Amino acid sequence: MSSGVTKQQVLSMYKLLLREAVKFPNYNFRSYALRRIRDGFKENKALTDLKQINQQYDFATENLNIIKRQVIVGDLYRTDKLVIENIQ
Amino acid sequence: MIRLSKNIIPAVTKTLLKRTNQSQNPSILVFFHGQRLLSDTTASGKFSVQHEDFGRPLYFDAQATTPIDPRVLDAMLPYLVSYHGNPHSRTHAYGWESEAAVEKAREQVADLIGADPKEIIFTSGATESNNISVKGVARFYGSRKKHVITTQIEHKCVLDSCRALEGEGFKITYLPVKENGIIDMNELEKALTPETSLVSIMTVNNEIGVMQPIADIGALCKSKKVYFHTDAAQALGKVPIDVNKMNIDLMSISGHKVYGPKGVGALYIRRRPRVRVEPIQSGGGQERGMRSGTVPTPLVVGLGAACDIAKREMAYDHAWMEKLSQRFLDKIYSKLTHVIRNGDAEKTYPGCINLSFAYVEGESLLMALKDIALSSGSACTSASLEPSYVLRAIGTDEDLAHSSIRFGFGRFTTVEEVDYTAEKTIKHVERLREMSPLWEMVQEGVDIKTIQWSQH
Repeated sequence: MSSGVTKQQVLSMYKLLLREAVKFPNYNFRSYALRRIRDGFKENKALTDLKQINQQYDFATENLNIIKRQVIVGDLYRTDKLVIENIQ
Repeated sequence: MIRLSKNIIPAVTKTLLKRTNQSQNPSILVFFHGQRLLSDTTASGKFSVQHEDFGRPLYFDAQATTPIDPRVLDAMLPYLVSYHGNPHSRTHAYGWESEAAVEKAREQVADLIGADPKEIIFTSGATESNNISVKGVARFYGSRKKHVITTQIEHKCVLDSCRALEGEGFKITYLPVKENGIIDMNELEKALTPETSLVSIMTVNNEIGVMQPIADIGALCKSKKVYFHTDAAQALGKVPIDVNKMNIDLMSISGHKVYGPKGVGALYIRRRPRVRVEPIQSGGGQERGMRSGTVPTPLVVGLGAACDIAKREMAYDHAWMEKLSQRFLDKIYSKLTHVIRNGDAEKTYPGCINLSFAYVEGESLLMALKDIALSSGSACTSASLEPSYVLRAIGTDEDLAHSSIRFGFGRFTTVEEVDYTAEKTIKHVERLREMSPLWEMVQEGVDIKTIQWSQH
C-alpha cells in the first residue's frame, strides 16, 4: 500500500460522513444521506483493488465536502419540522 | 370524581338529578355521566377530522415535482453566486466558463440516455420539449404528411399541442389504452398510415405510473419510417432508457422530476437519420436554432448534475422504490378491502401508486389526510373536481375515478413516512366508510350497481 488508503482512513471517513450527515436540518435529506452512506460503504466492503478503493475514497471525500456545504445552506433556510418528526 | 360532578351538575337536566337521588349512588352515575360527556365530545368528533399531529405535511407527490437534491444544488450554486457569464458570449472568459459548464451538462444528460451531446437541446421544461416535438415535427413535414398518432392518456401539453394541430388541418389519432393503461400494439399498427409523420407516446404515465412498451413502439415506428417521440419526464432517471436501443427519435426531459431545478428541461432530437423540426420560438438561434433564447447556466448545470446522479443511483433508487411501494401496498391491502389499483401492477414504475378507495370520496380523503401532501391526479388538473381523463381512458367507473388518490414516492421518502401514510390512510378510509350509507349497504350485501336511483 504505497499510495493506498488505509483501513483506518476508510473507517474514519465513514464516521466523518455520518457525523456530518446527521446535521442536515431537513428530515428527508438527513435520512437519505445516512442510509446512502451506510449502504454505500456496505456495497464496497469487499473491494480489494487499490485503484478502486482510492477512487471510492476520493468520491467519499467529495461527498463529505458537499454535505458540509449543504448542511450550512440548509441551516440558513430552516423550515418547521415535519409531522413525523414531532411525534417521534 | 367530586370535582367532575360539580362541573357536570349545572349541565345535567332535572330528571337526571332526580335519578341521582333515586339511585342513591351518585358516584356511579357521575362516572357514567362523565363517560357520556367525554363520548359526547368524541361522538361529535367521531366523524370529524381531528388533527392531533402538528408540523409540515409529509411529501407524497413525487410525480408533481421532486425536491432539489443537495448534490444538485451544490453543483448549481457556483453558477448562481460566482460565474454569471452568458454561455453564448464568445469574446471573454465569463462566457467561456459558462459555456464549458453548459457543455458538461449536455454531456451528462446525453450520457444518461445513451445519446450524443450534440443531440441534446436545453429547453424550459418537458412542456416546451413536447410542444417543439409535436408541433415542430408535424409542421415541418406537414406539406407531405398530415397525420399524428398519440394516446388518450398523454400529458395535457401533448394533447393540447395535438388539438392546435387539428386546428391547422392535421388529422390526429388518439389511441385508446387497454384497461391496464397500456396501449395495444395492434391498434397502433393499424393506426399507422403512409400519411403519418409522428407517433407521440409517453414512457411512464404521470397519473397511474404505467410504462408503455417503448422499445416495441420504437421498432415498429422505425420499420414504418415514422418519427417516434416519447415524453420521458416521469421516466428519466427512474427506469433505464437508451435512445438507440429503443429507437427513440425525440424525447422530452424535465429537470424537476429528477431532483433537479424547475424551469429547465431538455429535448433529445436524433441527428442520424436527422429529424427536423420547425422551431416555435424565433430569436438568436441558440441550441442549433431549435430553441432560441439564452441558456440558463445554473439551471442547466443543475439538470446535468441531476442526470449524473440519476445514472449513478438509478438501481439503488429503484430498489428503494420497490421496497417502499411493496410495504405500502401490503399495509393497505391487509387492512382495507375494495381498494383498486389503477393501471397495470407489473408494467409500472413502482414509485407511483394510484389507488381508488371504493365508497370514499377522494376529495374528502385528501382533506382528511392533510398531514400528507397528496394529489388525486396530475398537479395541472388538481384545481378541478372533475375526475381525471386518464382514469376515464382506462375505463374506471365514474364513482371509482372520483375516489382515486396518487401516492408518489421519491428518493427521499423514508420507511417511517410510508408507515405513517399507510396508517393514516387506513384510519380515514375506515372512518369515511363508516359514515357512508353506500358502504353500509355494501356490508349488507346490496349490489350498489343494481340500485335504481330515483331522479328528482
